[in-house]
Amino acid sequence: MSFGFPLLSLIIWLPILAGIAVLATGSDRNAQLARWLALVGSVTGLLVAIPLYCYFDPLMGAMQFVEYHPWIERFNIHYHLGVDGIAMPLILLNCFTTPLVVMAGWQVINNRVSQYMGALLIMSGIVNGVFSSLDAILFYVFWEASLIPMFLIIGIWGGPNRVYAAIKFFLYTLMGSLLMLVAFIYLYTVSGGSFSILDYHKLPLPLAPQILIFIAFLLAFAVKVPMWPVHTWLPDAHVEAPTGGSVVLAAILLKLGGYGFLRFSLPIVPDASQYLSGMMITLSLVAVVYIGLVALVQADMKKLIAYSSVSHMGFVTLGFFLFNAYGVEGAMVQMISHGFISAAMFLCVGVLYDRLHSRQIADYGGVANKMPVFAAFFMLFAMANSGLPGTSGFVGEFMVIMGAVQVNFWYAFLAATTLIFGAAYTLWMYKRVVFGAVANPGVEVLKDINRREILILTILAAVVLWMGVYPLPLTEVMHTTVDDLLAHVTRGKL
Amino acid sequence: MNFLPPDLAPAYPEIFLLVMVCVVLLADLAAGEKRRYIAYLLAQVALLGCALITFVTSAPGVTYTFSGMFVDDAMADILKLLTYVTVSMVLVYSRGYIAVRGMFSGEYFSLTLFATLGMMVMISASHFLTLYLGLELLSLSLYAMVALRRDSVDATEAAIKYFILGALASGFLLYGMSMVYGATGALHIAQVTAVIQSGAADYTVLVVGLVFIVAGISFKLSAAPFHMWAPDVYQGAPTAVVLFIGSAPKLAAFGFVMRLLVEGMGAMAADWQGMLIILAVMSMIIGNLAAIAQTNIKRMLAYSTISHMGFMLLGIISGDENGYSSSMFYMVVYVLMTLGTFGMIMLLSREGFEAEKLSDFKGLNRRNPWYAFITLLLMFSLAGVPPVVGFYAKLSVLQAVLNAGYIWLAVVAVLFSLVGAFYYLRIVKLMYFDEPETDAPILPAGDVKLLISANGLAVLAFGLFPQALMALCAYAIQQSI
Repeated sequence: MSFGFPLLSLIIWLPILAGIAVLATGSDRNAQLARWLALVGSVTGLLVAIPLYCYFDPLMGAMQFVEYHPWIERFNIHYHLGVDGIAMPLILLNCFTTPLVVMAGWQVINNRVSQYMGALLIMSGIVNGVFSSLDAILFYVFWEASLIPMFLIIGIWGGPNRVYAAIKFFLYTLMGSLLMLVAFIYLYTVSGGSFSILDYHKLPLPLAPQILIFIAFLLAFAVKVPMWPVHTWLPDAHVEAPTGGSVVLAAILLKLGGYGFLRFSLPIVPDASQYLSGMMITLSLVAVVYIGLVALVQADMKKLIAYSSVSHMGFVTLGFFLFNAYGVEGAMVQMISHGFISAAMFLCVGVLYDRLHSRQIADYGGVANKMPVFAAFFMLFAMANSGLPGTSGFVGEFMVIMGAVQVNFWYAFLAATTLIFGAAYTLWMYKRVVFGAVANPGVEVLKDINRREILILTILAAVVLWMGVYPLPLTEVMHTTVDDLLAHVTRGKL
Repeated sequence: MNFLPPDLAPAYPEIFLLVMVCVVLLADLAAGEKRRYIAYLLAQVALLGCALITFVTSAPGVTYTFSGMFVDDAMADILKLLTYVTVSMVLVYSRGYIAVRGMFSGEYFSLTLFATLGMMVMISASHFLTLYLGLELLSLSLYAMVALRRDSVDATEAAIKYFILGALASGFLLYGMSMVYGATGALHIAQVTAVIQSGAADYTVLVVGLVFIVAGISFKLSAAPFHMWAPDVYQGAPTAVVLFIGSAPKLAAFGFVMRLLVEGMGAMAADWQGMLIILAVMSMIIGNLAAIAQTNIKRMLAYSTISHMGFMLLGIISGDENGYSSSMFYMVVYVLMTLGTFGMIMLLSREGFEAEKLSDFKGLNRRNPWYAFITLLLMFSLAGVPPVVGFYAKLSVLQAVLNAGYIWLAVVAVLFSLVGAFYYLRIVKLMYFDEPETDAPILPAGDVKLLISANGLAVLAFGLFPQALMALCAYAIQQSI
């Protein structure tokens, strides 16, 4: 279906143009202007994305809001956009997160403000482009382009070891994507000269090339998700990134990997996906269990949340490779919910870091005495992170576990241990930071969160609870798409 | 016996340029010390005139003249037009740099134009001797330009190295050509092709000749293992001259490869493809790995050139129209990026100070965010990261090489471009993450400021809309083969 108005283009290019406008405000003399411009740009970006949900037809399996124009005729590359039930929620998640990130950096970022805000907005537009591209090269362009602003955000505004983290982040992700590019060009050659992702879905392929393509895709997406054992860049990047950068990284950029599996790996090489599903499930379970244990022993709050992200994303990849509706839909819900919860967790740590300039758990203790409002919010998000029923964290994990039971009881058993480990590492950290007597002189002088911070956390809390209690608006839009995808994967290509 | 004068029309641009070189020399003599800019302006006028003539006289189809020794076709026209633009940009970028270093003289401009003439002859050659003539005119002018600062020890050393190794390479090439001549009895490229195809030539002699020709070509391209001169010359020569050596002659070298290997020895493609694969792989490995260890940015860019030449060869290896046009596209994009990068190095240099250490880029974002942004675009383009144009150059050669069935070659290429990304990223890191070591103001002339901005934005614009340039290269190859 094509929509009369180029809505997706607007959703992509509006934040990018707003970002350029913010960059144009120049030096820090105009910092306040840059902030307001960024806020207006990001909120407008969210508003223009709302029709995407309103006019989306959940009963239709095909791509919607399609835009199709020739771009590079020499290689038959098109500016081809469209969304289905998988991409649309992720775009909304991204548009929703951007204003929060802008607000989160409002007082904290005082250095080169226009560049920071500009990079955030440009990245937001680029990520929307990734989620809506239906041409492999267009997808790749957006995919790689998203590295550049993130590289700069970590490297310029990050912590002491930021240069190492930024370069590691960039090279790690580039390594994965370059082989994906080779796979795209290979598919272009065997498909007789097409870069259209939808053509690739229909392209018959024997098993051997399917496996090679699967591995090339796997490297790209596994690094992004990140799956064990290629997750090591994530804790480094998170720890060094400024709060806003961590939020974008956890809430949005990790989802690119998960999205890649659904858009590329499963439909293009379904037989290889099934053939290698045992390996994928094993890697996912290792991430869930082992990384959960690793998170338990972290002394740095951001690192702990980073490892918790890896563990939660393990659920996502687990769900994908169960090949049943519960698994895939649960994984999608988990992605969206992790977007909100990890954003909230990083923002909470950011609140503490802004005041004491320390991320070490040992430097806190008794924060509840000085910051009761903050402690309440932090409590809610910690509960959500450990998967408490009634919060969004529960829905996704529960659905994936249900899906796993249908395949193999032991998968479900191992996956379910996360409910214990997740609660253990999150709540134990929460206890050490928030409860008890005031343990450090720094905590003594803490001030509770201000109105700006309350606003951000309230919005997130509302979404986390709403999704936990009533996830139907989210699951119903993805239902048809997921069913079609599963039917396609089960049918195979051999 | 009737003597028919040759048809001069296809060679009008060359003739015009030759006349203008003499005018530049004479005018500079008459103008004296105070009015050196006259030579500069005349050189620009000469290039503009050449461009107009080439553009006006360009016609579809292939025209031969001078008894078939000189050819005018679409590839020649397009490569020449690109050469004029490149040389003209080189002159704009260099003007300020050479003025404060005592090189702003008529010789500089006339040598530049002579070299340009050499490139034009190379591009339009259809005979082994014409090819060699053009190559030597180019090379001799370049040797002299490297040595133009005769009081600089580094430059003199670079010039001697360049001259000796260059002469050796020319010797190789000439020797190879003579073997081919021995085997085929012909020097006209079309006749050589015909004889090889007929199978009348001795295969062994041909292959030995081919080895020497390929060796000579890789010297000129600075492809490993014949790359040794490049880092020394890049480091030692004045930056303005490096900019020239690293840009326009690459276009001519591409024309040279096309004329000699593809048009002349096309029937032996299977043989030279094997050789070029080795050269390409070695270039990508040596270039990218050695570049990491450099602290001098000019030396680093020399190694980066070597790796890019390896990439460019991938398109030639695939051995079809599609591959050649992707190589041409790669070359044009490479020249565009080189112009910007060296232009930026000269922009950061000032009187008595050469911005040639990597650390001179430290904190550029603090000193001037706009120039930092342009350098960022150039670096990501060199690394092949979208959305800048360097990505499409890599994409098109990778597509060509996969199309020819060399999957392993494509995988090697992307892995080493990952290694390459590291040292380009390091420059971005220096500019954005580090504090500046100096706060000396950057004050380029107005036209340089405009040109470097246009150059950087062109890298982005061609990245967003690469179709036109790709189609131009495809047209050039289609019309000429």
